[in-house]
Amino acid sequence: METFAIETRELTRCFGDLVAVDHVNLKIPAGSIYGFIGPNGCGKSTTIRMLCGLLLPSDGGATVLGIDVLRDPEAIKSKIGYMTQRFSLYQDLTVRENLQFLSEIHRLPRVNRRARIQAQLERFGLQDRERQLAGTLSGGQRQRLALAAVTLHEPKLLFLDEPTSAVDPESRREFWEFLFDMVDQGTTVLVTTHFMDEAERCHLIAILDRGALVAEGSPKTLMAELPATVVEVESEVVRPVRQALIALDPVIDVAQLGSRLHVLVRPEVSQPEMFLGNVLARKELQAELRTVTPNLEDVFVMATTGRARPS
Amino acid sequence: MKRPSAARILAIARKEFFHLRRDRLTGGMVAGIPIVMTLLFGYAINNDVRHLNTAVVDEANTSTTRALIRDAAASQVVRYTKQATNVHELEQMIAAAKISTGLYIPADFEERLAQGRKPYAQLLVDDSDPTILSAARGLTALPVPTASAGKRQQTSLEVRPLYNPERRSAVFIVPGLCGVILTLTMVLFTSIAIVRERERGNLELLITTPVQSLELMIGKIIPYILIGYVQISLIVLLGLILFDVPLRGSWSDFYASAGVFVLSILTLGLLISTAAATQFQAFQMTFMTFLPQLLLSGFMFPFEGMPQAAQYLAEIFPLTHFLRIVRGVVLRDASLSMMAADIWPLFAFFAVGMAVATLRFRKRLD
Repeated sequence: METFAIETRELTRCFGDLVAVDHVNLKIPAGSIYGFIGPNGCGKSTTIRMLCGLLLPSDGGATVLGIDVLRDPEAIKSKIGYMTQRFSLYQDLTVRENLQFLSEIHRLPRVNRRARIQAQLERFGLQDRERQLAGTLSGGQRQRLALAAVTLHEPKLLFLDEPTSAVDPESRREFWEFLFDMVDQGTTVLVTTHFMDEAERCHLIAILDRGALVAEGSPKTLMAELPATVVEVESEVVRPVRQALIALDPVIDVAQLGSRLHVLVRPEVSQPEMFLGNVLARKELQAELRTVTPNLEDVFVMATTGRARPS
Repeated sequence: MKRPSAARILAIARKEFFHLRRDRLTGGMVAGIPIVMTLLFGYAINNDVRHLNTAVVDEANTSTTRALIRDAAASQVVRYTKQATNVHELEQMIAAAKISTGLYIPADFEERLAQGRKPYAQLLVDDSDPTILSAARGLTALPVPTASAGKRQQTSLEVRPLYNPERRSAVFIVPGLCGVILTLTMVLFTSIAIVRERERGNLELLITTPVQSLELMIGKIIPYILIGYVQISLIVLLGLILFDVPLRGSWSDFYASAGVFVLSILTLGLLISTAAATQFQAFQMTFMTFLPQLLLSGFMFPFEGMPQAAQYLAEIFPLTHFLRIVRGVVLRDASLSMMAADIWPLFAFFAVGMAVATLRFRKRLD
């Protein structure tokens, strides 16, 4: 039995001079939800497309479900489901026609086809919509249809590229319930997201920045082992306080949350609360400070600002 | 490569029908283009040049010249609409486009005739329009009327048309129009077939499935083969009913050759579809390939009149071969075996086009 659904070895992809994916090494355990987190253009989609056999790696390689993506990309395609970032079902076909078409393309046995489509319609709450054109569905319905379509042939591995960027929080929660159900049945899910609450639901996450893997681990571990202290600063004069703190060398980043500031301080500072308090006192800025436990956004900020950004 | 699956091909074909059913514009074009173009070409474009406006200057005014003038009018090529008194006036009227031709008979007509000194008379022609010139040339065959029936002098060759003695242009044009209309519509429909999926984002989903390139290509063209038959039947029926164009050969020969032709131009559309990045580009490429075919295939201008290089180029086009086949089958009652020399190039075009389109289409995004 394979322990890793996906293994990449120095996986690299260039578009001209741009290195979209930069020597990425990943081991994604089977039966888990693995999250790709990173800013736009960090190489999340390019990595997924290489793993699906849609793009050739410029260098390195990958094994997906035990199959080499360079040697036999077509063999991978019958075993995976890929939900594209953009809604990619036929908008001028009805919900049922779309599923019917894909069931035939995947050559589901004729006897099971009707039952399988019916089961998917019911599972994803689309039975009342089966005669509706896909293009007239709401964002949440489209997303459910897309998920029904890519899981029609019961793939062992599911790639989801920003599946929830166009849906409301209610639908997002529901969507994640579907994912956990599938993982229970042994499916591996690779999902990309911008949402920190979604990242926190993953078993493991990888943070990508400009094509490179900059952090990997379980959300809990990454938060616990964050190489920085997080100090929350509350003040009536938030903007000047922010100005004062961001200029300090040991301060990595300052994020504003309403009247509060989330300050990331380098671990070399032994008593960060006192250090920041003294700075503000000297500038006669009133503020309340307290050390808090890091959240995933802190991890993300830390990982993506850790490397020097070309201006 | 695994064996293509018929079930998958049919699935793609059925899906294409669903698209067509919901795309009213394309649906309208299926019937609209053949009807509009047949009516336009049949009624509006008329190469039968008759009743050219003409004036006569008869300086001899003998019984022979009066007979000649009557004979010319009887040919229906000319129609006397203006009066003139001298050659100079005729020239002025032609220059002003008041008449298309002027018949000038000199005062010494009888002397010239007696001495056999040609020309006996002149037909002045506005040859800025070549169709008028070619029509007026027909009049040079007009014999000189003489008193004694036995001594008729032939001034030119006798023309004896075999297949369209009435010289009705619909009879010439409608069979060829089948080819022209299908070339336009079939290529237009299939050229956007794959580009559309790419533009709408469907392709990324489709190429992540186990579907094979060849299955996709064949499945894509099946619905259009049927549409091609609908269109060609419409054109032939309209020709038969409205313009009395006969189908002298057999229907089965006609439909068989149309089938091969449709296959060959559908692959041209597929080729464009694999090359174009957007639907707009596909439209542009369709018209880029359509115009040379229209101009060089022999539909617009006589094939034999074209320069050698243009003829070689035109031999590549499916339309060139289909025009020869369809004129043979429809007008000359030719059988398919007689047209074999033009049928195999269509098959060759289909086979090569299909192979190139299938190989060009990669199930990848790069």
